[in-house]
Amino acid sequence: MKIAVCVSHVPDTATKIVIGSDNKSIDPSGVTYIVNPYDEFAIEEALKTKEKLGGETVVISVGKDANKETLRKALAMGIDNAVLLKDDNDRDSIGIAKALAEEIKNQAAELVFFGKQSVDYDNSIIGQLTAELLGYNCVSVVVDLKIDGNKITAEREIEGGREVVETSLPAIITAQKGLNEPRYASLKGIMASKKKVIEEKAAAASDKVVEVLRMKKPPMKQPGRILGTDKTAVAELVRLLKEEAKVI
Amino acid sequence: MEKETMTHQKGGSFLLQSTDPMEVFTPEDFTEQQKMIKQTTSGFVDNEVMPKANEIDDQKEGLSVSLLKKAGELGLLSVDIPEEYGGMGLDKTSSMLVAENIGRTGAWAVSHGAHTGIGTLPIVYFGTEEQKKKYLPKFATGEWISSYSLSEPGSGSDALSARTTAKLTGDGKHYVLNGTKMWLSNAGFADVYITFAKIDGDKFSCFIIEKDFPGVSTAAEEKKMGIKGSSTRQLFLENALVPVENLLGEIGRGHIIAFNILNVGRFKLAAAVIGAAKKVISNSVQYAKTRNQFNQPISNFGLIKQKLAEMVIRTYVGESMVYRTAGLIDRILENIDPNNEDASKQTLKGIEEYAVECSILKVYCSEILDYVVDEGVQIYGGYGYSEDYPVARAYRDSRINRIFEGTNEINRLLIPGMLLKRSMKGELGLLTAAMKLSGELLALTPQEEDTDDIFVTEKRLINNAKKIAIMTLGAAAQKYMDKINDEQEVLSDISDVIMETYAMESVLLRVEKKLKSAITDEILVDIVKTFVNDAISRIEISARNILTAISDGDTLRTYLTVLKRQTKYTPINTVQRRRKVADSLIQKGNYEF
Repeated sequence: MKIAVCVSHVPDTATKIVIGSDNKSIDPSGVTYIVNPYDEFAIEEALKTKEKLGGETVVISVGKDANKETLRKALAMGIDNAVLLKDDNDRDSIGIAKALAEEIKNQAAELVFFGKQSVDYDNSIIGQLTAELLGYNCVSVVVDLKIDGNKITAEREIEGGREVVETSLPAIITAQKGLNEPRYASLKGIMASKKKVIEEKAAAASDKVVEVLRMKKPPMKQPGRILGTDKTAVAELVRLLKEEAKVI
Repeated sequence: MEKETMTHQKGGSFLLQSTDPMEVFTPEDFTEQQKMIKQTTSGFVDNEVMPKANEIDDQKEGLSVSLLKKAGELGLLSVDIPEEYGGMGLDKTSSMLVAENIGRTGAWAVSHGAHTGIGTLPIVYFGTEEQKKKYLPKFATGEWISSYSLSEPGSGSDALSARTTAKLTGDGKHYVLNGTKMWLSNAGFADVYITFAKIDGDKFSCFIIEKDFPGVSTAAEEKKMGIKGSSTRQLFLENALVPVENLLGEIGRGHIIAFNILNVGRFKLAAAVIGAAKKVISNSVQYAKTRNQFNQPISNFGLIKQKLAEMVIRTYVGESMVYRTAGLIDRILENIDPNNEDASKQTLKGIEEYAVECSILKVYCSEILDYVVDEGVQIYGGYGYSEDYPVARAYRDSRINRIFEGTNEINRLLIPGMLLKRSMKGELGLLTAAMKLSGELLALTPQEEDTDDIFVTEKRLINNAKKIAIMTLGAAAQKYMDKINDEQEVLSDISDVIMETYAMESVLLRVEKKLKSAITDEILVDIVKTFVNDAISRIEISARNILTAISDGDTLRTYLTVLKRQTKYTPINTVQRRRKVADSLIQKGNYEF
């Protein structure tokens, strides 16, 4: 079976984000980029599935040359092949999904893993969009997965509990934390990845349907207020929680 | 000063020439692979080893070994083992990156270092084909753990006075070894001990001893001040029967193995202590930000900032020295064909070329860590003295680094000793430079300074520091001739001048290179300027000690005039600069420079 993993290259979660001078994008200088953390679960699940069922794995990413770093990391963890769908311009979600769908079709991958979301734009949508474009089944936010022949049994995280669903191949699975424990790239894997070639192609053209108009930083957190130190302050606290904070 | 034209720089030649910053290897130059190796090591250490620090310190049965095996699966035991014996066969920069990132585990880093360094490398570099095939693949996975000892109860620094003997049996098939070895790291769980004995009482030789050989046993665990989680025992050899094929290297040439392995051990130790220092800094700043006194975090106070800043400055300097040297070694090793039968010999020769730098790293970086842990405890205050906080352990663990792999005293004697030896052999022009200099120094007029260069003063001072090093070394050699080894205090002061010079130049070159890549980072400029400001004063004091010890009267007065001129410098405001360095650390919350 051909197994694909789609990954994105995102700013490190510990990075302090600065908005660029165009007010539409972040200033990339001094930002460390990493493999999207949820994609690491997707990579691990692809590797585990291959170890169990056999087949071939391919990792795909849409974007700039810099994404190769993330592709290389996936190769070092043990993925067989890598494809970069090049586009130097930022795309909207559907644009990314279209490029990925075309390549997945091209690769004839039956099982595709995504992270449940990218921690950059946080749209949590690309896996589902890609499934729709390909006509694949899709299970999102998966924390446990079993594949038996054509049958897939997946546990997904829902508010306050878990839901067990069944579907069949071909399918797209988006991975949630807890699905597995991603492996470290071994030194052997790292050295082997050096010899592998990352295939480069132009990403399939796509018109933007969503445009970023402006980026804003969330308002600074207001400092706390002390209303009083004894029970006489309770009435005022309740009033503020109702009227100002509107939480009760 | 003349420019080097050869493909590699000669060891010790930094004193004789200037170096182009673009030629220097720095942590900013790590390749994609090296960065991934760092990530793997860091991830493994933070998730698998650090959470178990307390259990490791209690020597929980089997824990250190199981962690070594896990490290083996990732390739972290075999960076220096050639590929054909199941290893990675990687460059020394990668090897140092692994050592650095494991360094913060303290005791476990000693277990790892003893196994992969002194325990494995003697076979890598001196083993026969059969020995390599038998032991290295098992060492690479951690299936077998190795251990090493040069010391005995009565011989430490004076290693060659060892008393353990070896005698060939009548049938010529075995050696019978008798004696006691000291301080074997990993001895409690090791499968193999690499150690030394004198064949027929006089030919110092190296042996590979397996734990199941008859007559081999270990003593109870030593009760140590620090690195408690590492196993340390004596090894008893009582008519121990060692097959002749387990002789390592040549009969009577054991010292070659011992000294070469120490060389490698030294630069890896330096990398490990820098890793440990970074962790202590990160812990200390995080503590200082959350500990409130007088209604504010103590990180607001000048004296805490001063400590944090100096911890950062010295660690950054040490890191610059470590990777500069790694780059030098790798440049000389990259031309060696690993399939050549002389590859091991050439590799050792390449590393030995930088024996002076290796000794500098060992001494200087182990003292950086000692400074950092000491101030770390101070920042934690009373809590720093409690074992409930991690800094107490770091403090205890640090102290051994000034003792093993050759004490800092022995290494301080080695640095000028090796330089003089090379000069006598004509390999390094230090003595000729000293003679040329003696005329030049007095005639010197203040140089025009290029004001466009932000480091113009620092460059002048570094250049002058080299001259002071050459002048004092030359003067001492001239005065004491072949009796110079009796003047340990003078040699040690000369070493300090040389080390401070290498330190100043390494950090300056790194920052210059970084600034050339268009990244402006004012904090790094503050680090360089503050460090050079302080180092040049330390150099002046050391040089004064040397000159007053070796001369008097008019000669002394002349020397002191020269010294004063060479160290002439208008001091800068280091209070303000240190505050800036500290503020940057406090804002980051971690050592990230």
